[in-house]
Amino acid sequence: MSNPGDRVAAVRRLIAEQPPRPGGQGLLQRVCRAAAGALTASGAGVSVMTADGTRGISAASDPASEHVEELQFVLGEGPCIDAFTTARPVLVANLADGATRRWPAYAPLAQEGGLRAVFAFPLQIGAARLGVLDVYRDRAGALTSDEIACALTFADVIVDVLLDRHPDAGTPDATDAVAYRAELFQAQGMVMVQLGVAIDEAMARLRARAYAEDRPLGDVARDVVAGRLQLDPDLP
Amino acid sequence: MTTLSAQRLAATFVDVADTLIDEFDLVEFLHMVADRTATLVGAASAGVMLADERGRLEFMAASDENAMMLELFQLQNSEGPCLEAFRTGRPVVNVDLGGAADRWPLFAPRATAAGFASVHAFPLRLRRQVIGALNVFGTPTGGGFDEADVPVVQALADIATIGVLQERAIRHGEILTEQLQGALNSRIVIEQAKGAVAQAHGVSVDEAFGMIRAFARRRNRRLTDLARTIVTDPATLRALSR
Repeated sequence: MSNPGDRVAAVRRLIAEQPPRPGGQGLLQRVCRAAAGALTASGAGVSVMTADGTRGISAASDPASEHVEELQFVLGEGPCIDAFTTARPVLVANLADGATRRWPAYAPLAQEGGLRAVFAFPLQIGAARLGVLDVYRDRAGALTSDEIACALTFADVIVDVLLDRHPDAGTPDATDAVAYRAELFQAQGMVMVQLGVAIDEAMARLRARAYAEDRPLGDVARDVVAGRLQLDPDLP
Repeated sequence: MTTLSAQRLAATFVDVADTLIDEFDLVEFLHMVADRTATLVGAASAGVMLADERGRLEFMAASDENAMMLELFQLQNSEGPCLEAFRTGRPVVNVDLGGAADRWPLFAPRATAAGFASVHAFPLRLRRQVIGALNVFGTPTGGGFDEADVPVVQALADIATIGVLQERAIRHGEILTEQLQGALNSRIVIEQAKGAVAQAHGVSVDEAFGMIRAFARRRNRRLTDLARTIVTDPATLRALSR
């Protein structure tokens, strides 16, 4: 079992190795291509959603995946939407096995397009729900536990990317090295109230503060929880 | 412990099984298992950690939950009895913390400073998989185990596992993963809610947790649902002290 920090670094490397393509949509699309490659999938898609489930931007590794990604929102049902609503992964190893009962419109159409398995991972940290990562396969079969760990790590990295609003994935991040994770989550809740913003915005502000001061995120979080640091509402 | 009566033991198992109804809250359930474990064995404290699929152990619930205990659990991602029980799949029993500084150079001194004398950990096992660990902390006067106690506490750990598998029938590994990741995320929501309440009401995070639990009980709400509402709805956050 490899160290979670190593996994994050490996995923970031895979993303950085993806060449930008002409006419490509940038970082999220490269993330999808890297995820599809690492998970031996036929494709991958990311949908960014607001708290009420409205879809914002989306990206996919290829046009066919973009089409299935789109399909769920047209039909209003599918693994991605369930993963977002229930805040848990939805892992469908075989679309031919009972999926039509669960998603009567989506499952047959997805299979017509050649899909056999779909794995949807929420992009979230606690109550902050940002969207979903979908992994598509044209063959039936479960993900191995290593592949699940890899997909969850991709989800973590995408959350970081979305919160940082970075032009690029950048260097390996300290999130996973934070020793006292409870303090990080407590700090997110505190900053939310200090600034009167939503929880995802509070996370982005905490990270921005850590970057600006060039300090580990965990140290900044600890100062917030100890009452030594208040974030300034007037700073972005 | 040794003096454990079969009657008390049976009562505990019935209590715990009673809680395994539809719509039960996993964090509350694990808290109860920790609570009953500590009482039953006369230990100072007990708690449960679950393994994330990324291979990290995450704190879920403890009989006595405060910042110090949280730190003792989180430390066990690098070393400690939970990590050993998780990795080997076997119980770690009766480790004297005073003599454990070589084995756990970070964990042992912290646990000693927190007033504990001994420590134990039991794997949460599901078939060939280990999904977490039940941790027991003893004081100089209580919480030591003899041979006969070990299977009893292991049975409590097995009950905690059953709680995690709250789905009626876990047919596939997929559902276990879904359930486990959902539970781990719920625990994060609780930490976020503790922070929000601490800030809004000018109390410590430990006091905030007490307020959230008390409110959940008064209003008969599931702890994790309430925590989620606190983080997403400012009106609930304000209403908490009422």
